[in-house]
Amino acid sequence: MTSIHMPTPFPGAAPQVRWRPSLLQHPEVQALVHSFGLGSLLLAAVAVFGLGVITYRFYFGLGASTNLSDQFPWGLWIGIDVLTGVAIAGGAFTLAGIVHILHVRRFEPLLRPAILTAFLGYALVIVALLTDIGRPYNIWHPIVMWQPRSMLFEVAWCVMLYTTVLALEFSPALFERLRWRRLLGLFRLVLIPLVMTGIILSTLHQSSLGGLYLIAKTKLDPLWYTAWLPVFFWLSAVGGGLSMVIVEASLSARAFKHKPDLDLLGGVAKISAAVLAIYFGFKTWDLWNRGALELLYSWRFQNLYFIIEMLLGVALPALLLASPWVRRSPVALLTAASLAVCGLVLNRVNIALTGMWEAAGRAYVPSWQEFAVTAGIVALGVLAFKVIATLLPVFEEPEEDRIATRRPRPHRPRRRLRADLRSNRVRLRAHGFPVRAPSTR
Amino acid sequence: MAQRGFAAAVPKATPSPRRLSRRRFLSTSGGGLVLVAAGGLPLRVEAPRHSRTAAGQKAVLIDTTRCVGCNVCVEACKRKNGLPVRDTWPTDLSPEAYSYVRKATNRAYYAKRQCMSCIDPACVAVCPVAAMRKSPLGPVYYDASACLGCRYCEQACPFQVPRYTWDERWPRVTKCNMCRDRVEQGLEPACVASCPFGTLKFGDRAELLAEAHRRIEANPGKYVNHVYGEHEVGGTCVLYLSSVPFEELGLPALDEEALPKHTWEDTVKLPWVMGIGLALLTSAYLATKGHGSEAAAGEADEDRKEKRS
Repeated sequence: MTSIHMPTPFPGAAPQVRWRPSLLQHPEVQALVHSFGLGSLLLAAVAVFGLGVITYRFYFGLGASTNLSDQFPWGLWIGIDVLTGVAIAGGAFTLAGIVHILHVRRFEPLLRPAILTAFLGYALVIVALLTDIGRPYNIWHPIVMWQPRSMLFEVAWCVMLYTTVLALEFSPALFERLRWRRLLGLFRLVLIPLVMTGIILSTLHQSSLGGLYLIAKTKLDPLWYTAWLPVFFWLSAVGGGLSMVIVEASLSARAFKHKPDLDLLGGVAKISAAVLAIYFGFKTWDLWNRGALELLYSWRFQNLYFIIEMLLGVALPALLLASPWVRRSPVALLTAASLAVCGLVLNRVNIALTGMWEAAGRAYVPSWQEFAVTAGIVALGVLAFKVIATLLPVFEEPEEDRIATRRPRPHRPRRRLRADLRSNRVRLRAHGFPVRAPSTR
Repeated sequence: MAQRGFAAAVPKATPSPRRLSRRRFLSTSGGGLVLVAAGGLPLRVEAPRHSRTAAGQKAVLIDTTRCVGCNVCVEACKRKNGLPVRDTWPTDLSPEAYSYVRKATNRAYYAKRQCMSCIDPACVAVCPVAAMRKSPLGPVYYDASACLGCRYCEQACPFQVPRYTWDERWPRVTKCNMCRDRVEQGLEPACVASCPFGTLKFGDRAELLAEAHRRIEANPGKYVNHVYGEHEVGGTCVLYLSSVPFEELGLPALDEEALPKHTWEDTVKLPWVMGIGLALLTSAYLATKGHGSEAAAGEADEDRKEKRS
């Protein structure tokens, strides 16, 4: 843990422990300012541009800023920003379950960055939703207007609750930096119920996002439409989310200049490979079971997207992540995990766009504004991650005394009474302590 | 170490804590697979109580053999709803056209198209805030004040009926609502009242179905032997009789299952997922407690050392 260097107010002054440096002199803020290079500036530019386009969308309306239509009401913003954003954040609940419920503590260093990624992901999903829906000032309506038959109602509630859970799960990082030990102690009590709630909420809404498309039986291409859609969404979120944890850990190791722990990442890769393999097998069985395999024998562009998604996005990464040679090389591991994440993105985009194409009877190509907002939102997320990970202890090793409730006291040697002094013996006897005369040796 | 060989590096005797937790992990993940399988089992699903049955609902019977394409119904609909009447009659639904008269492909044959007022509408089932509602009398109507603008209703409707006012500042969904205010007063919809040729007929759905079948029987060969809307997506409150295939009128071939059923089958499993999930998580937590990795064991050692000093 880096110790905070306290500059002296004037030369020769004694270092004063309680003097707090101003915000700009804080070493973390200094580190942040110094680390803002070309990449960060580029990200900031993309983010600012995206925010500008969001303003454009609110001023000119959805018709002028998107290529959405009545035949294609859900496009890029739903397909990528919402569906993929939520899916990619699936690593947080999986890892939290592995670390805290199954007690596999060795993955703990990966957990806090994963939770930060997920929290930022969900926050940006909410931003994307506010941009996409036509009446964002009514977004709070599902709280008071209930329609339990709607999958979207359930998604709305779970996303609201889970974003809160993620914020709470991440709060210890904030409390540690601010040294609010009381709250840290409190947090220890709610950790396990919080993690369990998070896992259940995640399971519910990851699968319900798939359930959104159950009603589109007459519209969604049979390559993707199945009654098992919710389960497939959940499985891919778990497998792809764990791969996203590997990607995020590798990239931030590079950005923050620490070595990626290949042992840990290799362990995550093994689990991800297993889940992806199960997902692939299950999905293939379901295709065969529904008699939809025959669809693949003809020339359709949906077939091409489906095969790319399944082979390059699920099967190949599963094989690579399972291979010990890949797990030993950081570059190969990052590539394999990125393939899995791309497969996850492609799956959601296929369901939202490719699979709905034919039923729409009308082409949909996202407008430049839609691309700008999506890119801006992603850039904002990466930037926010960088800033928060620099200012707050996200990557430090969690030590036991981080969440100790006792205030650490400076070590002072305990004063011992000299037993040979008669005055000490007299004083102790006066207080009622049985004291013997010292034995002479 | 090298002299004793590789075997010396591998601990024998007790399995390492990591190995034990992996076994537990596999067993609990097996339990997870059970959960996944349970998620796919078709539990017995009751249709929710407020799901509509056809009883007591009104309907509109459209006998397209009598339609001449005069568009008087479209004009009446526009006037009733305060929509602008343009130079040309609409050829598709739009925020200005809650209904339109569609010409069949390749022949001079016309059919009025509008919201089908399904008995178990997909749009009503998917709206998260119940902005889309089904009246017990039949009409499916929309409350813009509740609407979020999520457009799930557009996504869900198998007939592609709802239209969005994309160019408004705060858009809303537009569609025919079978003149709900008139129907609730006991009147017939504006389009039915206006048709001079008797193409449109309004009444009790069961009676209109019987009437439709009577017409088919009384005129063998004139009609396609099917009343469209009788069973499609669980039945609709707009019924069509036609002498040309329904596909030519743009009416898609659909299953008899109401679409919300597919979603409801999944929604009922929610309490199961929560309950089984909680049980599995708690048992996994208790089963693996104390089987943490070496780091946890190392910490326990450190604690003991601290206590002694």
